[in-house]
Amino acid sequence: MNNLFVFCEIEEGQVADVSLELLTKGRSLANQLGCKLEAVAIGYNLSEIGKQIFPYGVDTLHIVDDKRLEHYLTLPYSKILIELFKKEQPQIALLGATVIGRDLGPRVSSALKSGLTADCTSLEIGDHEDKKAGKVYKNLLYQIRPAFGGNIIATIINPDCRPQMATVREGVMKKEVFNPNHLGEVKTIDVSKLIDDNDFVVEIIERHIEKRKINLQAAPIIVAGGYGVGSKENFQWLYELAEVLGGEVGASRAAVDAGFAEHERQIGQTGTTVRPKLYIACGISGQIQHRAGMDQSSIIISINTDPKAPINSIADYTIIGSVTDIIPKMIKAYKKNTK
Amino acid sequence: MMKGLKIVVLAKQVPDTRNVGKDAMKADGTVNRAALDAIFNPEDLNALEQALTLKDKIPGTTVTILTMGPARAAEIIREGLYRGADNGYLLTDRAFAGSDTLATSYALSKAIEKIGPFDLILAGRQAIDGDTAQVGPQVAEKLNLPQITYAEEILDINGNTIIVKRRLERGVETVRGKMPLVITVTGSARECRPRHAKQTMKYKHAKTVSEIQEASEDYLQLYNSRPYLNIPELNVNDIQADVTQLGLNGSPTKVKNIENVVLQAKESKLIQNDEKEIEALMIELIKNHTIG
Ligand SMILES: Cc1cc2nc3c(=O)[nH]c(=O)nc-3n(C[C@H](O)[C@H](O)[C@H](O)COP(=O)(O)OP(=O)(O)OC[C@H]3O[C@@H](n4cnc5c(N)ncnc54)[C@H](O)[C@@H]3O)c2cc1C
Repeated sequence: MNNLFVFCEIEEGQVADVSLELLTKGRSLANQLGCKLEAVAIGYNLSEIGKQIFPYGVDTLHIVDDKRLEHYLTLPYSKILIELFKKEQPQIALLGATVIGRDLGPRVSSALKSGLTADCTSLEIGDHEDKKAGKVYKNLLYQIRPAFGGNIIATIINPDCRPQMATVREGVMKKEVFNPNHLGEVKTIDVSKLIDDNDFVVEIIERHIEKRKINLQAAPIIVAGGYGVGSKENFQWLYELAEVLGGEVGASRAAVDAGFAEHERQIGQTGTTVRPKLYIACGISGQIQHRAGMDQSSIIISINTDPKAPINSIADYTIIGSVTDIIPKMIKAYKKNTK
Repeated sequence: MMKGLKIVVLAKQVPDTRNVGKDAMKADGTVNRAALDAIFNPEDLNALEQALTLKDKIPGTTVTILTMGPARAAEIIREGLYRGADNGYLLTDRAFAGSDTLATSYALSKAIEKIGPFDLILAGRQAIDGDTAQVGPQVAEKLNLPQITYAEEILDINGNTIIVKRRLERGVETVRGKMPLVITVTGSARECRPRHAKQTMKYKHAKTVSEIQEASEDYLQLYNSRPYLNIPELNVNDIQADVTQLGLNGSPTKVKNIENVVLQAKESKLIQNDEKEIEALMIELIKNHTIG
């Protein structure tokens, strides 16, 4: 009872990375709390799923295996979790901050009146003193997350209601096998009485892969390339940096004219105006028409071979050197220092 | 011919956290939150556009804006009216202050019960001040309605069947649901149409009861002769809400601590092109939460 639960997302028989990351974190939090780590797997054809989940140190795995639950659907999945949590009374429940987790989590927390903190970047155990009520709470889950467009970092707690629920994005926590030979207990849940046709009023008709439109204005981080990037091939480095940092790729007009990037990516007077949290200008000289579209960015990094490039005068950081030489170093340093 | 729909759009007034320029920075490099503009939450505008598109297609459809916030949030309702909504309600009460997403959803669901019923409840996927994406699904749960989140487009409506395209991480999904239900709309959906000149003229002087306290005699005459200028306000009693489920009391989550992020380097720094210095820069950016 009062254990730590992780909801495992399963896509085509594979447990999602974000769930394995949460199991890794969950294992260490459970050790700290002296409780058990339990996992929930809902889907179809799950007889082998334990092989993927137990190595992360799971003590109990709850499995719901039903043809109708092959793909995620809000109503039946939330009903199952709500019932399970009512019965098992977890102290903590973690979900991925994915489309699924962000659809399911709020629904479950609303039904249990438990509260939920979205997109946590860190989870810790700590105490809390409520001076007004003269009460001390031991071993709460500190749910730490950016808010206000990333301008503040808030620590959220949930003193009285259970479970303490949180979602975490993929890639934020590290994934680490606890013991490849670890085995826990499997509990299968029969939901034939719990879910009925009414839970399937929303049905999936079709799914396919489709690329998203470019949205520079919504991107908190922009990696922009100019003529100095040199070629369309070299632009790949910018895509890679944007991908690891969670940003979008922009371009100067000279880069667009040279065919290095699509027109929708152009930033400046005749392109899009952006104000991201971080703007990395790669091989951009910083003519006024370009600056007009980006000089209100919070932090500007310029990567340029020319120490006298005008962009450097508005940059918070300037790295002198070639784009293709510097970006790989940035990616490497970032990967090394996160997770 | 299909009969008109009753649609409510949940909209929030938010500080424009996406446009934190150098002008909104304090000397210590943190954001001066008071200096940010108050805007219509961007994804709520995407939701409004979906509602207005249905209104264009299905005669007799009405679009209502429901917003919860302080008196100045009436601005959001006017903005909705300018763009083509039919009416709006401001849900405002001191008792709402300090509400987390759960308490907010409770208040909104009680208001919807009061002013409804609706065929469709539309909302933005999330608000840019919190980025939680919780209010839509929680309202759905409180009203015991199905939900379709991350909607990019309402493709078709036939009778009470609705077909919606959703935007997932790596692709799209088409789902079929039955009204009434809650739909949250994502930012990749069509942008909202601009203000309509005639509607803007018509509703320019629309005000809430609180706002007319300071109005002139002339204005009051106009206001009383044109009922559409009245933006109704709802308080806790109007929606028959249980105060223990509102505000700080009704919020299971509490903010323990807030740390301001330093967004701006004090002066321009020159970084040498070597692994150590570049790594130090990346660590600095990770530490101050610019990246990572
Ligand atoms: C009416 C009008 C509207 C315009 N609108 C826009 C607009 O909306 N947006 C826009 O961007 N421009 C616009 N321009 C064009 C603008 O004036 C500049 O010509 C353009 O921004 C230059 O792009 P750039 O910085 O990529 O290229 P360049 O000015 O050629 O700069 C290239 C930079 O790359 C550096 N470099 C070279 N090799 C490397 C390397 N290997 N690694 C690192 N750095 C390297 C160079 O030192 C140089 O600083 C407009 C112009 C006009 C007249």
